[in-house]
Amino acid sequence: MTESSPTVASAPAAPARKAQGHVGTLPIAAIFLAAMLVPFVSNDYWVLIATRAAIYWILVSGLNLVVGFAGQLAIGYVALLTLGAYTASVLVAGNATPALHPYAALAAAAGVGAIAGVIVGLPALRLRTFYFAMTTLGFATIVTQVALAWQSVTGGGIGLPGPALPAPFDTAGGFYAFCLAIAALCTWLTSNIAHSRYGRALVAIRDADVAAEAVGIVKSRLLVTIFLLSGATAALAGGLFASLQTYITPEAFTFELSVLFFISILIGGRGSILGPLIGTIVLTLLPEFAAPLAAWSTFLYAALLLAVVLAAPGGIAALLDSESRKALPAKRSIDPRPELLRALLPAPSQPAELALGGLALSFGGVRAVDGVDLTVTSGQIHGLIGPNGSGKTTTLNIISGYYPQDAGTIHLAGEALRPGASETRCRLGISRTFQTPRIVGEASVLDNVMMGATLAAKSGFVAALLGLPASRVDEAEARERGLAALSAVGLSGLANVRSDRLQHSELRFLEIARSLMSRPAFLLLDEPAAGLSGEEIARLAELVTAIGQRGVGVLLVEHHSDLIFAICQHVTVLHLGRVLASGTPEEIRVHKEVVGAYLGS
Amino acid sequence: MLASIVTSGLAVGAIYALIGVTYNTMFMTSRVMSFTAGQLGMVGGVLGSLFVLRLGLPLPLGLLATLLCAALIGVITEFVAVRPVLKSLDQHLYVLSTLALAIMIQHMVAVEWSTEPQPFPQVFGVAIAGIEEKFWLPVLTCLLVIIALEALYRRTMVGRAFLAIAEDNFAARALGLPERNLRIASYALAGAIGALAGFSGGLLLLAFVANGPLLNFYGFVPVALGGLGNNRGAVVGGFGLGLFQQAANFLVGGIFASVAVFALFIVVLLLAPQGLFGAPATRRV
Repeated sequence: MTESSPTVASAPAAPARKAQGHVGTLPIAAIFLAAMLVPFVSNDYWVLIATRAAIYWILVSGLNLVVGFAGQLAIGYVALLTLGAYTASVLVAGNATPALHPYAALAAAAGVGAIAGVIVGLPALRLRTFYFAMTTLGFATIVTQVALAWQSVTGGGIGLPGPALPAPFDTAGGFYAFCLAIAALCTWLTSNIAHSRYGRALVAIRDADVAAEAVGIVKSRLLVTIFLLSGATAALAGGLFASLQTYITPEAFTFELSVLFFISILIGGRGSILGPLIGTIVLTLLPEFAAPLAAWSTFLYAALLLAVVLAAPGGIAALLDSESRKALPAKRSIDPRPELLRALLPAPSQPAELALGGLALSFGGVRAVDGVDLTVTSGQIHGLIGPNGSGKTTTLNIISGYYPQDAGTIHLAGEALRPGASETRCRLGISRTFQTPRIVGEASVLDNVMMGATLAAKSGFVAALLGLPASRVDEAEARERGLAALSAVGLSGLANVRSDRLQHSELRFLEIARSLMSRPAFLLLDEPAAGLSGEEIARLAELVTAIGQRGVGVLLVEHHSDLIFAICQHVTVLHLGRVLASGTPEEIRVHKEVVGAYLGS
Repeated sequence: MLASIVTSGLAVGAIYALIGVTYNTMFMTSRVMSFTAGQLGMVGGVLGSLFVLRLGLPLPLGLLATLLCAALIGVITEFVAVRPVLKSLDQHLYVLSTLALAIMIQHMVAVEWSTEPQPFPQVFGVAIAGIEEKFWLPVLTCLLVIIALEALYRRTMVGRAFLAIAEDNFAARALGLPERNLRIASYALAGAIGALAGFSGGLLLLAFVANGPLLNFYGFVPVALGGLGNNRGAVVGGFGLGLFQQAANFLVGGIFASVAVFALFIVVLLLAPQGLFGAPATRRV
């Protein structure tokens, strides 16, 4: 039942190892040790309260991945608790099927919960956050209605007995040990996920979903997996809850519980395991110490929720994170070391082409891109310039798959790319940066860069969940590559700093580091020099040139014409969505129309 | 059977539609979907019963007091749960702040009023063409509210200002429209509309605290069907939902009617994420 998660124990001793998120393994172990002592130092009443806290945490640990990591506002999770409680109770009672053994019933409840978790979560795969919040709320409403109305099975308003576990778990102490063991298991599993690439991906779809697609994270697949897991833990908690209650009625499952689960996570803080664990314990204990206020407990929970949202959106985790309050060196510079790219990017392989043919896209009546032809070859640095609104970024976005084109084709090494389908581009070897850096502010610089290694991992979700060696090897490799990429772009000193503390220019280099993680064949850079000092632009030029020399085809959208003419082998000029000119820098510099429309004399 | 499906379906549908309009009215000026919408409907029923039956006010006065109180709740929502989080709309903090306020309202009613359904007074006490008041009153109220809102939006300066803010907040402010005051006004208006839903549906739903979360969900379904901010869509969606729900009630029974509604909701969301009459999504990149 120890909480020392293997991801921590086995990671290589990198120079500055303490990454955000690993904070708290020791305190979590301490909390569970203390919890094990409860039966020996107190009476049955407190064991009951502690059991309740353990059961709530079983639910919250899974919900934490949905709410705290993926940022999905699942406000009605009491519905899954209810579903699990009724499934387990009904199966043991044998009201609808032959009676099952309690363990089998608990397992079945977890299975039903997993499926329900996905069904409720379906709208979250495509729609805005509010819809998902509403679906979980609606589900909470109908589960209670069904429990009330389906009298022959659920006993209606009268209810039915919860599953009774066999010895040795039939005493208060035995049942507590059982729940505590499951709680520890859930902590270990969810913490493995949180500290793997899946944890980073969840945070990425919360805070930087566009970038997540660019590194090949498939939001829908990831969310379905997490909904399965959190639905299972919630319904399992429900089965145990029914056992603890010994008798359940629909009234036992008030919406208040949902609020309790939810604010445990919010108070605890997003993207943390320890914070929500503390939050769950505190909120479970709170009514015991505020007995006169018992009638108003829901009101107080809600008021607390409002206060947290308005005053301290960071929660406990932000308070615990002392690292992020240390001052960063004020005068620091970005020192790329292009020679390190050799280790990062494989030897130039067979040359390929990224070819756009007659690409066109309109927004309403505006033809943003109007028949663009353009070819980038391996190792070429290809400048894409033009006045504002000429269609440069839109072209990049079509290549990346954020918009499907109206007409025209994109071929990569002779293969046509599927229009749209942004999450497929990374796998095909196309990487990019964004005009406004898309990063996860709350994650460390290194974690942001490691996001780029999502597709490099060979092990799957189960390996990550169980902390299997394969997953740890992937993690160690990603970390190593991430540190190498940071050294190459000149940010190695900032690896463990929260990204939202970086300067704008540093974020641009951070994005380049992330885009190199997937060993791209083609790299799209969207105004990488915007906001950089003259010196930084010179270093950027050196870095991009070196990337090109490693055989990567670079499509560079930029307004700094000096930079373009200094490092590009080929320049395409767009004007009103069309190609105005295309040629070597020397040809473009003297091109009459280009000078007239864009460069000026 | 058909007649009773239609009368009861249209009646509850009208209530859902009005809650949908309440959501939309708040959404138009703030881009916020507020969980207080359903609570306003619940409050309309509870306050109506409180003022008329318990305190013995004459009905018109009771209605006026109910509407004023609900409008005040709307304004409080704007101040407490909406304005502080408007700066960071993309973080969806409003979901949590309005939910917190909604729970506070609901719980206060549960403690101070009752957790059991309480009776609601007759308003006119007459049947029209053999149809009881509890069935025709919500439908009539819904139609009147829609006509009044259309008149407000099309014919008055204030209404046009609402539309301007809904269309383009920045441009409206640049034109010098008092965006903040209009937003407060729209929240007060939403409060009154929500309360009308509960008041006109009082005989049907009673003065019952559990109506809050119920109306929150069933009132949102028409909004999802009709598209955010689209009142006509909400009315069509509301009546459609009411009929569907009552038909399911009669055909498959109460257990699965709510499951059927929920399934319909998920299916429509997946097939037509922008609602049946909604506008396409905005650009992200």
